[in-house]
Amino acid sequence: MRYFQPEIECAAPEEIKKLQDQRLVETVRRVYATVPYYKRKMDEKGVTPDDIKSRDDLHKLPFLSKDDLREAYPYGLLAAPLSDCVRIHSTSGTTGKRVVAFYTQHDIDLWDDCCARALVAAGATEEDVVHVAYGYGLFTGGMGLNGGAHRVGCLTLPMSSGNTERQIQFMCDLGSTILCCTPSYAEFLAETIEEMGLRGAIKLKAGIFGAEAWSEEMRARLQEKLGIKAYDIYGLTEIIGPGVAFECSEQSGMHINEDHFIPEIIDPNTGEVLPEGEKGELVFTCITKEAFPLLRYRTRDICVLKREKCACGRTLLKMAKPMGRSDDMLIIRGVNVFPSQIETVLIGCGFSGNYQIVVDRVRHTDTLEVLVELTPEMFSDTVKKIEHREKELAEKLKSMLGISAKVTLVAPKSIARSEGKAVRVIDKRKI
Amino acid sequence: MTVQQISVFVENRQGKLVEVLETLSARNIDLRALSIADTSDFGILRLIVNKPEEAVKALAEADYVTSVTDVLAVSLDDTPGSLARVLRILADAAISVEYLYAFVAHGKGKAYVILRVEDNEKAAAVLQKKGIAFADSKDIYTM
Repeated sequence: MRYFQPEIECAAPEEIKKLQDQRLVETVRRVYATVPYYKRKMDEKGVTPDDIKSRDDLHKLPFLSKDDLREAYPYGLLAAPLSDCVRIHSTSGTTGKRVVAFYTQHDIDLWDDCCARALVAAGATEEDVVHVAYGYGLFTGGMGLNGGAHRVGCLTLPMSSGNTERQIQFMCDLGSTILCCTPSYAEFLAETIEEMGLRGAIKLKAGIFGAEAWSEEMRARLQEKLGIKAYDIYGLTEIIGPGVAFECSEQSGMHINEDHFIPEIIDPNTGEVLPEGEKGELVFTCITKEAFPLLRYRTRDICVLKREKCACGRTLLKMAKPMGRSDDMLIIRGVNVFPSQIETVLIGCGFSGNYQIVVDRVRHTDTLEVLVELTPEMFSDTVKKIEHREKELAEKLKSMLGISAKVTLVAPKSIARSEGKAVRVIDKRKI
Repeated sequence: MTVQQISVFVENRQGKLVEVLETLSARNIDLRALSIADTSDFGILRLIVNKPEEAVKALAEADYVTSVTDVLAVSLDDTPGSLARVLRILADAAISVEYLYAFVAHGKGKAYVILRVEDNEKAAAVLQKKGIAFADSKDIYTM
């Protein structure tokens, strides 16, 4: 099996466009009629559903950003009756309020298809044992790939993240052939397998790695150490989760599932649509989802699109690996973190808003340290009281961010400022 | 009975402690006693000095975070068992000691113990009842 849905994956671009035109028109009509938030935004921009006749009219629609998701939280952008929804997933928002995305069974099914395409592109058949070591839960990684693996008919190991020794034991005992996790966790697994002397006992042939940035050097290392072919996968909770785009055997960019998501590249400053091949911010419009069909959602990922004949036979447009962000979001251990979230917690706990975030990677695991300038109110003559406050802060950070952070108190005015403005983030990771 | 102790937040990094002490020596402030509580990231330097108010001012001007605490100053004979006796009285009265440090006075045969407890008055009353003597702040600052 080379393709999961060849009729789409290898369709002529005109066919895809026809599908997109029709689905876009329908989606716009539906959300305008049923979701007051969209109606208001479109009215404000002076655009009606009748103005949207094809994909070429997409640029007339207003953008959506994380701010809209926060404003509309939780149900404001819901486009299906809640009784039709069967699941949510969630990711962090910019200032603490989380983003909640809703799914109907139809949405889950199309998501499973998207992930199944990614798995098949990585060589999956029903003979494969798919080892899913992405987190299961609100995070989309685990359940997304899990659904795709079911769809293909693979034996699925819902390992979730952590407990590395158990992961490796199952990998050996049950003969996992395809590993799905973050690239940094794959490196950690690879190293541990080597240390345990089990390189000969694993049967992996492919890996699907996403949810964080990784480089070609990392790909080479993973392929070498695990004896696999390593594939990239792209997605975001707001749009659906992993499987918005996926890599094929050519390993030269990710095919976007254009029959479900229309991509655009815009100038992040002006919002103007850029011609194909130019670098800018990636924007997605969902045209098949029922519950949460975001229109022109700004991903903040900086990227390039290219339509070219791919040697794999797929005709779907390809996106390059994202080259950065147009906001200050960090991805730490696969989790989205905004400095503003950390600031919200610090101030809420009575700490100074003068802080610095230091991100590093130690033994393939991201570390997050938050340096906070001590204030006189937070100081005490006993260690116990100060440590209690540190601990309290660390717990609040963990519940806000979903990952643990080390809190380090530093002296007032000790956080470096350049031109009077503090440097909030130091990212020491070499990826 | 009590003396003023100045606590100073010091990052656990090379050269940080000496900077605090140099700030004080530049103002001609004399140390009477000191102790440091350390963690892996920071330390709390606790000081008894001859001119506490001036010391706090000098440290604040140099952007140090400080706090001032009234701590008990117990005066003891510099003989074996003296401190143990004090601590036994406190233990029997179920009074916890947060921390303490001791120093010996020049040529007086006396030792002083700085005691940090939750409730100074309660601890002082218990000790006084058993005949334990206290140094007053004048004794310590002008020592």
